[in-house]
Amino acid sequence: MDWLNALNLTAGEFVGAYTAAYVLCALGLAVHFGFTGLLNFGQAAFAALGAYGYSIATLTFGWPWWSAVLFGLLCSAAFAVVLGIPTLRLRADYLAIVTIAAAQALKFAVSASIFEQVTGGSNGLSQFGDSFYSLNPIPKGRYDFGVFALSENELFIRIVAWSLIILIALFLYFLTRSPWGRVLKGIREDEDAVRSLGKNVFSYKLQSLVVGGSIASLGGMVFVMSSQTNQPSNWGTNFTFMLWTILLLGGAATILGPIIGGMVFFGLLMFLQSVMEGLVNMGWLPFLDIAQVGQIRFLLVGVALMLLVIFRPQGIFGNKKELQFNG
Amino acid sequence: MSQLNIRAGRKAGVFLGIIAMLFAILSAGAPAKAADDPSTYAYTIAGTLLNNDKPLADVTVTAQLDAFKASAKSDSSGAWTIMVPKPGIYNVSIDKATLPAGVSFTKADGDKMQADLSQTDFAAVLFSFGKSTVVEQSFSDQLLVRVWAGLNFGLLLAMAAIGISLIFGTTGLNNFAHGEMVTSGALFIWLFHIVLNLNILLSAVIAVALTTLFGWVQDAGLWKPLRKRRMGLNQMMIVSIGFSIVARYILLLFFGGDTKDIGGGGNIIKLGPIFTSDIALISLVICVLSLAGVALFLTRTRLGKATRAVSDNPSLAAATGIDVERIIRIVWIVASALTGLAGVLYGLQFQATWLTGFDILLLLFASVTLGGLGTALGATVGALIIGMIVEVSSLFIANELKYAAALVILIIILIVRPQGVLGKKQRIG
Repeated sequence: MDWLNALNLTAGEFVGAYTAAYVLCALGLAVHFGFTGLLNFGQAAFAALGAYGYSIATLTFGWPWWSAVLFGLLCSAAFAVVLGIPTLRLRADYLAIVTIAAAQALKFAVSASIFEQVTGGSNGLSQFGDSFYSLNPIPKGRYDFGVFALSENELFIRIVAWSLIILIALFLYFLTRSPWGRVLKGIREDEDAVRSLGKNVFSYKLQSLVVGGSIASLGGMVFVMSSQTNQPSNWGTNFTFMLWTILLLGGAATILGPIIGGMVFFGLLMFLQSVMEGLVNMGWLPFLDIAQVGQIRFLLVGVALMLLVIFRPQGIFGNKKELQFNG
Repeated sequence: MSQLNIRAGRKAGVFLGIIAMLFAILSAGAPAKAADDPSTYAYTIAGTLLNNDKPLADVTVTAQLDAFKASAKSDSSGAWTIMVPKPGIYNVSIDKATLPAGVSFTKADGDKMQADLSQTDFAAVLFSFGKSTVVEQSFSDQLLVRVWAGLNFGLLLAMAAIGISLIFGTTGLNNFAHGEMVTSGALFIWLFHIVLNLNILLSAVIAVALTTLFGWVQDAGLWKPLRKRRMGLNQMMIVSIGFSIVARYILLLFFGGDTKDIGGGGNIIKLGPIFTSDIALISLVICVLSLAGVALFLTRTRLGKATRAVSDNPSLAAATGIDVERIIRIVWIVASALTGLAGVLYGLQFQATWLTGFDILLLLFASVTLGGLGTALGATVGALIIGMIVEVSSLFIANELKYAAALVILIIILIVRPQGVLGKKQRIG
C-alpha cells in the first residue's frame, strides 16, 4: 500500500481550494450559529447564490470579476433579508426547517429547465473564470511543493482563498469583540434579556444572517472558481451538513475552530479514503468496491456529526460554557 | 406519478409499445459508462413509429446534442432506439426522405421533437402521424386528475407525517432521520417481494415489521439514552441529522443506488376522466383506514389519552402515574409502523431509491409545520394541503418545480400564520 501517496493527498487537502471554500462557508455559519445562536440549515443556499451570482454575472451579463463578486454578495444578502424577515421571529427549530426548505427550493429552481438559459439547468454553468484568472501574476508552469504540485491557476486560487480566510478571520475577530458582537452573543445566551435592554433583537439577527450569508457566498465563489464549473448538485443538503460537522468539529463559537476544523475534516476524510482504497485494492476488504469507499466517506461524516454533538459539542477549541444549543 | 399522466385519446397501442420497450431495455441492464463506444453509452432515447397503428419500418431517426449526433433505423415493428453518452436535452428528428409515401406528420413541424435526458437515463419520443387524434383534456378534467393524485399523495404523506408529529409531540424531537424509515419500508418490500419473490401481502407485513423494529431499536439505542442525559432538543435535532446520513448511506451500501420498480404501476383503472391504478385505490383505502385507526387510538383508548397527556405536559403526566418512557416507546412503535407502511405504499405506487425518504422528508416537515407542530390532526391536514399543492401546482408551473412550490407555500404560510393552520400560539418564539 502506498502510504506516501495517501499522506501526499492528505497534505494537499489541508490547503485545498475546496477546503478553503468550506472553511469560508463554515465561518459564515459560525456567525449565524456560534455567535448568534441561529440554527441555519440552509447555508448551501447562500453559497449557491454567491456561486450563481458570480457565474451568471460573468456569463450572461459579461461583467468583469469585481462586479460579479459584488453581484454574488448582493444576491446572498438579498436572500438573507427575504428569508430572515418572515423566519427570524420563529423559534429555533422552526428556523432550521424553514432554512433547509428554502435552500432546497432554491436548488430545485436553479436546476429547473425553464431557467436553463440563465442557470444552465441541471448541467449548471462552466468556464466563467477567465476574467478572474487573467489577474494571475504567477507565470505559467508547474510548481512543486514537495508533497504536491500545482499549476499556476491552482496556486493562484489557493493563495486568494486562504488570504480571504485570514482577512475574514481578522474581521470576525474584531467584529465579535465589538459592541455589536457582544449584542449577538447576548442574543445567543438570552434573547429576552437583550430585548429588555432595549436592543432590537430582530434587527441584530437579520444583520447576523446577512453578514454570515455574505461570507458563505464568498465561499461559494471560491468553490466554483477552482474547477470553473458550477453544478446545482453541489448545493444539496449534504453541503450544509458537512459545514455543520466542520463547525462543530472545530468549535462553533470560535474563529479558529471552523478553519482548523475544515482542514482536519478534509485531511482525515482524504486520508481515510486513500487508506480504504488501498485496502480494497489489496483485497483486504472483499465486501467493498472502490465506488463504495466514496459512500463510506459520507457515512463517516454522519458518524462524526453524531459523536461530536453527543460527546464534545464545544468542538476542539470551544469552551463548553460558550456553546448553548438553547432549547 | 407519471404513469398516470396519460392524455385521453393517445393511442393505447403506442403507449403499450413504449412500456414494452422500457421493460426490454431495463431488463437488458444499463450498460456501464465508458469511453466513446456507443454500446457502452448509459442514456437511451427510444420510441415506436406508428401510423394508424401500422408500424413504419426503415425510417431514419437522428438524435443530436451539440457536436454529438447518432442515428437509428426503425425495425419491422416500428421501434427504434438510440444510445447517447451524456445527459441533456437532445433534438430528435426524422429523415423525411426515408418515410413511406403518403405518410405525413400530424403537425407541420412534427418531424422535430426533443428528448429530455437531463433528469433520467431514458426518454421516450413519440412522433405522431396522420390526422390529429389527440383530444386535449378540458381544464376541469385535468384539475380533477391532479386533485385525485394530490389526495393520494397527501394521504401517503399524512401517514409518515403523523409519525413525525407523534414523536415531536411526546419527546420534542424534530427527527431528521424519519425519511429513512420511509425508505426502509419501500426498500424492504422490494427486497422481499421482488428479490426473494415472496407474496406481496407477506412482504408488506415483513417490511412494516422490520421498519417498526428499526424505529424501536433507534429509540432504545439512541434517543432514550440521550433523553436520559437531558440533552437539549436542538442538539438532539443535529444528532438526528447525523443519524439520517448514517442510515441513508448504510441503505445505499446494502441496496445500491439504482431505482427499484416494485409495483410496476399496477393495472390501470378508469374512473370518469381519471386514470388510476388498482394499487393506488388499495393504497388510498389502507391510508384512510390507518388514519382513522390512529384517530380512534388517540381519542378513545386509555393509551391514546395517555399519549396526548404526555404531549401536553410530560411532568404533569408523570405525576398522574403515567409511565412516560413506556408511552414514548409505544409512540415510537406506532409512528415507525405507520411510516413503514407509508414507505411500502409509496414504493408500490411510485418507485424506490435509497433517497426516496430523504426526498420527501422536507414535504413531511412542511406538512407537520403547516398543520401546527405536534398535533396529529394538524399533520394530516397539513399533509393533504401539501399533497394537493404538489400535484395541482404542476398544472400551472413546470413539473420539476412542484416540490419547490410546496416549500415556498410553507414559507408564505409561516409569515401569515406562524403557528400553522391548527397549531397553538405557544409554538412561536
